[in-house]
Amino acid sequence: MEGDSRSFRRHYIIGEIMVSRIKLAHGGGGRETSEIIENMIKPRFKLRKIFGGVGLEELDDGASIPITEKLYGRHLVVTSDSYTVYPIFFPGGDIGKLAACGSINDLAVMGAKPIAILDTIVVEEGFPIKDFTRILDSFKQVLEKENIALLGGDFKVMPSGKLDGIVISTMGIGIADKIVTDRGLKVGDKILINGGIGEHGAAIMAAQAGLDVESSGLKSDVQPLTRVMQVALENGNVHAAKDLTRGGLASALNEFAAKNNVSIYIYEDKVPIKEEVLAYSEMLGVDPLVLACEGRVIIATPPEDAEKIVDAWRSMGFEQAEIIGEVTLERPGYVLFETLAGGIRIIEKPTGEIVPRIC
Amino acid sequence: MELKNLFLRDKKVALDIASDIKKIAGKIEEEIKIMHVCGTHEHTVTYYGLRSLLPENVKVIAGPGCPVCVVPAREIDEAIKLAMEGIKVYTYGDMYRVPGSRRSLADAKTEGGKVQVVYSVGDAVKLAKAEKKEVVFFSVGFETTAPIPAAYIRNRNIPENMTFLVSHRLTVPALKYVLDDPEIPLNGVIAPGHVSAIMGASSWSFVAKEYGIPVVVAGFEPIDFLMAVDIILRQIYRGEAKIINEYTRVVKWKGNVKAKKLMHEVFEEVDGEWRGIGILPRSVFTLTEEYKVYDAREKYDIRVEDVMDFPPQCRCADVILGKATPIDCPMFLKACTPSRPYGPCMVSSEGTCSIWAKYGGYDVIRRKDE
Repeated sequence: MEGDSRSFRRHYIIGEIMVSRIKLAHGGGGRETSEIIENMIKPRFKLRKIFGGVGLEELDDGASIPITEKLYGRHLVVTSDSYTVYPIFFPGGDIGKLAACGSINDLAVMGAKPIAILDTIVVEEGFPIKDFTRILDSFKQVLEKENIALLGGDFKVMPSGKLDGIVISTMGIGIADKIVTDRGLKVGDKILINGGIGEHGAAIMAAQAGLDVESSGLKSDVQPLTRVMQVALENGNVHAAKDLTRGGLASALNEFAAKNNVSIYIYEDKVPIKEEVLAYSEMLGVDPLVLACEGRVIIATPPEDAEKIVDAWRSMGFEQAEIIGEVTLERPGYVLFETLAGGIRIIEKPTGEIVPRIC
Repeated sequence: MELKNLFLRDKKVALDIASDIKKIAGKIEEEIKIMHVCGTHEHTVTYYGLRSLLPENVKVIAGPGCPVCVVPAREIDEAIKLAMEGIKVYTYGDMYRVPGSRRSLADAKTEGGKVQVVYSVGDAVKLAKAEKKEVVFFSVGFETTAPIPAAYIRNRNIPENMTFLVSHRLTVPALKYVLDDPEIPLNGVIAPGHVSAIMGASSWSFVAKEYGIPVVVAGFEPIDFLMAVDIILRQIYRGEAKIINEYTRVVKWKGNVKAKKLMHEVFEEVDGEWRGIGILPRSVFTLTEEYKVYDAREKYDIRVEDVMDFPPQCRCADVILGKATPIDCPMFLKACTPSRPYGPCMVSSEGTCSIWAKYGGYDVIRRKDE
């Protein structure tokens, strides 16, 4: 294809070298690496430091966050995660958006306001620059919207065939006045969710199975949860919070129950789920309760605050937000499920690989 | 959600039926054992926690209803032997991880065997045409999955390099075996909706006529199943034994006549082996003389030795027959889990052990309002 006039237009100019694909030299740490960082990464990110410390601007060995009075008595919250999702581009997002939201959400559910991110990107030799740019753009859009700085990172290239496309790892930094953990559940608390379950998992699973998902309206729910958590904290007491990722609602509820040694009673008819998620999970034979989410959180709040928080979530656009159950002492360590038929069973902790490379 | 599903998963309707069941069961008093013979029914029962809605004296037992669980280890070993000898084996995903005597097709693949998972026989035919090399389709399932391979075979729409390792089993002889076993006294039978769509509700009338036991053909929504239990209890209470078709929206009295005719043109019923059960008369399909050219067992020498249906301690055989439940097995959720399965019933998504493990079937939790 090289030299063909149509593909020529798709080439990108990085410094003086004109390429359409990532080369091993781009990860060599020399001139080509600087070109990627100086020309593709740095200009995309406007916020490059925090509180006047060392940041992406300086390209030093590390970044710094000055400890000022602003931080006294507060928590600096840190988290780290890596992303291997397949396909890289999926209905509703891509690996760039996912990498940004994943770390933001881990901070948000700890009660923190995310302020900075560091990223490590490892790319396979021959990866199209066009796709790399698209991924960087989605990563940037989330950071910009959330007013989060990119403090620094790393960029490496693996030989062709040694890595499947691209892997991103992010480290998030946030500040919290008060930490929200997943261990503060109290008997009598209501369990709330901000929207339908399993949308990310169903979208990835259907895309992996080669099904046409776009026309059905099914897409990943990947999005930052910062505002969702803020609104919950402003409208009531949040005893515990957990974002739903791998293993979906089933996994998060089981962690709640086990860590707090309480029982959680969930009503199937209250658990929000979009029709298309239900349709795809029935077709592919997977329980929607174990399907991953990337923009959903469950929180435990005292009963008197539950309605208020759900209403606030609904008025900010999360129409499917719902009170799905409550904390009891019926069977400590277990999650009980009152099904659509009125029967009761245990929701098991998911086992085995449900969907590979989901996030 | 479609209107029919809204109704069929309505809590109020379900609880009304459940309370009716309780009323009648209370009048009957003695223990009632109802068997279904379908993995999808077990899924419905366990997923929706239906056992928790039934009174203590009404027991729902899972019978031989998982088609891949009853394929004898010998036939899986045959498929593995072919794969290891370089003949590509196309299999359904459900069969892929089911162990034969010592290993599964998935294990064989990691050891260099040629195995590919396909969604349908149509896919297999398409792939075989492109493949050119020798391939075998592992044709597994109850009556529900037999008509489509039968259609391809009858139309001879199969490339020369492709043959079939036929492993279809018939549900009626298996149910007869269970009904004849004095160790498994049954008071009612819930017949499988999918199989009945092909074979017709009439194929179960022998249960009522010959055994004097009520039988209901049921669909797969929770309310279908509760209705079937209710109908059986009402019959028992009145001292009747009839066949009732609850699943009229899909199942006809005579079934799919065309599909049945097609199957019987291509396949004939012979005595055959069932995992956990042994030889059952006229219970297995084999290709008729006219279509033997498509039989992998004719084309290749695939005799296997040292066959072992179950590893020591595994109680899958008793679980398949409804003589034991998964919790009666010492390995259930200990040495044998969905991520590290030991016996076939933990592998297949239609296996009772796998369903109980995934959806907490081992524990029946009563409603608080009782």
